[in-house]
Amino acid sequence: MSDVTTAPRAAPRAPAMAMRVKVALILFALFAVLPPVAVALGDPFMVLIATRILAYAIAAMALDLILGFGAMVSFGHAAYLGFGTYAVAILSSYGVNDLLLQMLGAVVVSAAFALVTGAISLRTRGVYFIMITLAFGQMAFFFFISLSAYGGDDGYGLSSRSTIFGSDVLENDMTLYYVTLGFLIALFAACHRIVGSRFGRVLTGIRENRERMEAVGFPPFRYQLTAFVISACITSLAGVLLANQAEFVSPAFMSWHRSGELIVMVVFGGIGTLTGAIGGAVVALLLEEWLGALTHHWPLLFGLILVLMVLFSPRGITGLLERTGLWRARK
Amino acid sequence: MSRLDVQSLTKSFGALKVTDDVSLTVEPGEIHAIIGPNGAGKTTLVAQLSGQLKPDSGRIRLDGADITGLSMPERVKRGLARSFQITSILPGFTVLENVALAVQARSGSSFRFFRPVAGDAALNDAAMEALTEAGLGDRAGVVASALSHGEHRRLELAIALATNPQVLLLDEPLAGVGGEDAEAFVARLRRFKGRFAMLLIEHDMDAVFALADRVSVLVYGRIIATGTPDEVRSDADVRAAYLGEEGEEMADA
Repeated sequence: MSDVTTAPRAAPRAPAMAMRVKVALILFALFAVLPPVAVALGDPFMVLIATRILAYAIAAMALDLILGFGAMVSFGHAAYLGFGTYAVAILSSYGVNDLLLQMLGAVVVSAAFALVTGAISLRTRGVYFIMITLAFGQMAFFFFISLSAYGGDDGYGLSSRSTIFGSDVLENDMTLYYVTLGFLIALFAACHRIVGSRFGRVLTGIRENRERMEAVGFPPFRYQLTAFVISACITSLAGVLLANQAEFVSPAFMSWHRSGELIVMVVFGGIGTLTGAIGGAVVALLLEEWLGALTHHWPLLFGLILVLMVLFSPRGITGLLERTGLWRARK
Repeated sequence: MSRLDVQSLTKSFGALKVTDDVSLTVEPGEIHAIIGPNGAGKTTLVAQLSGQLKPDSGRIRLDGADITGLSMPERVKRGLARSFQITSILPGFTVLENVALAVQARSGSSFRFFRPVAGDAALNDAAMEALTEAGLGDRAGVVASALSHGEHRRLELAIALATNPQVLLLDEPLAGVGGEDAEAFVARLRRFKGRFAMLLIEHDMDAVFALADRVSVLVYGRIIATGTPDEVRSDADVRAAYLGEEGEEMADA
């Protein structure tokens, strides 16, 4: 699959990794003080927008785990976002409102779907892998389009947000925000550990040189498939949070545009960095907000910025920051 | 029993027979060299032995067990390792990490998701040992892509050593290495003699005749002669196959 990932990437060296964790911690601190600032500015709606951004940051980070570290460009990851949102809608319609149970449901369905479609997709490489994950993503999309009990194409409004141990604390936007932030931080920590583990080293090794890994005794398939499933499960958690933020679910969450946006966030932030994916989600969604307020033709401007970014900083925002020297890790 | 026992291996690409009824053995502790002019099918033979390519017919046995149908990782697990003619490493990993991964492949599960691997002393120590044996101990912390060509060849060797092989397939380990470096490399390989068996594919005749217990000559996919270095050197067919410069080199060696 290394034939499809373009920019040459070094495995993260220890100082660079430590620096990225520091930057992530700074980001988390900024996120943590955002709600009081928003209230002080008299713009509490900002918190709801920020919740959406945090949920997408989780999804982008999950995608980076396989795209950046495993060289698997999944173009169907919005499907898992969708499974997460519909887990909330469908389970709550059966009276299961607990956030953790809904997350469990989302993870089980996503793991099963990822296991089957991943096992098939991983028989292919490069552009074929991209296309086949896209095809599976679209199959999930059209399944929910035709699910008329839950509004089909029109989507389905949630009567309430999820509960936590019977309590409806998430009805408060502020609480939902901090719960989402908590998940982002915990999942970042988990992804960071995975990347630095035995498993992560094998995954990164397969990205670097598949043949060499086989020649020392690693069959790539099982490691790639495991990473694919982990990534899908984390993405579905983002979907559960996103449904709570929007209080609405629809197949639009799982369209192929959405999958493309997730890839854009990862590329924007700098692939294979985790922190970059979070930053990429923030910047991409903020740009969308601001440019969208500026003009109807905002995708044009956004496209232009993306082109410039890829041309001048293939390693995204991370590469840009690291090049300024301000953020450069001490050797 | 032979360590490696290859019987009637055949492989064709279209009408071209690149491996033509090849049978050979590698005995315990032995260095069996395969020489032959360019295009004789040496690398294709290694590819079939290592599991990268499927032969059309024939059998490969490792310590008596048929491994013909096994994948490359499965063969490595059973002790059949290889080095590549064209250096194949993980360029973005450090030298130590390259070798530590090979150690990891044979020690415990790699489905461990939380403990940081960088500080795993068991992996790093074993990797360091292989690096030292390959003469690369002082370069452990360097990113592999920054190594010189000669160092890359030694890293290839270190990675192969770290898999703890019973039989090591060396595909032109000296490719592009000259002079003192080559001599040091040969001396290194000689030290491993007896520890594991080796099938050595090599162009460097000095190296072959210095190391090999037996030599087989591969021409157009066929083994035309097998014997001690002296027997092969005086074989009329071999001399004919090595007309010209290489033939003279062979006579001088």
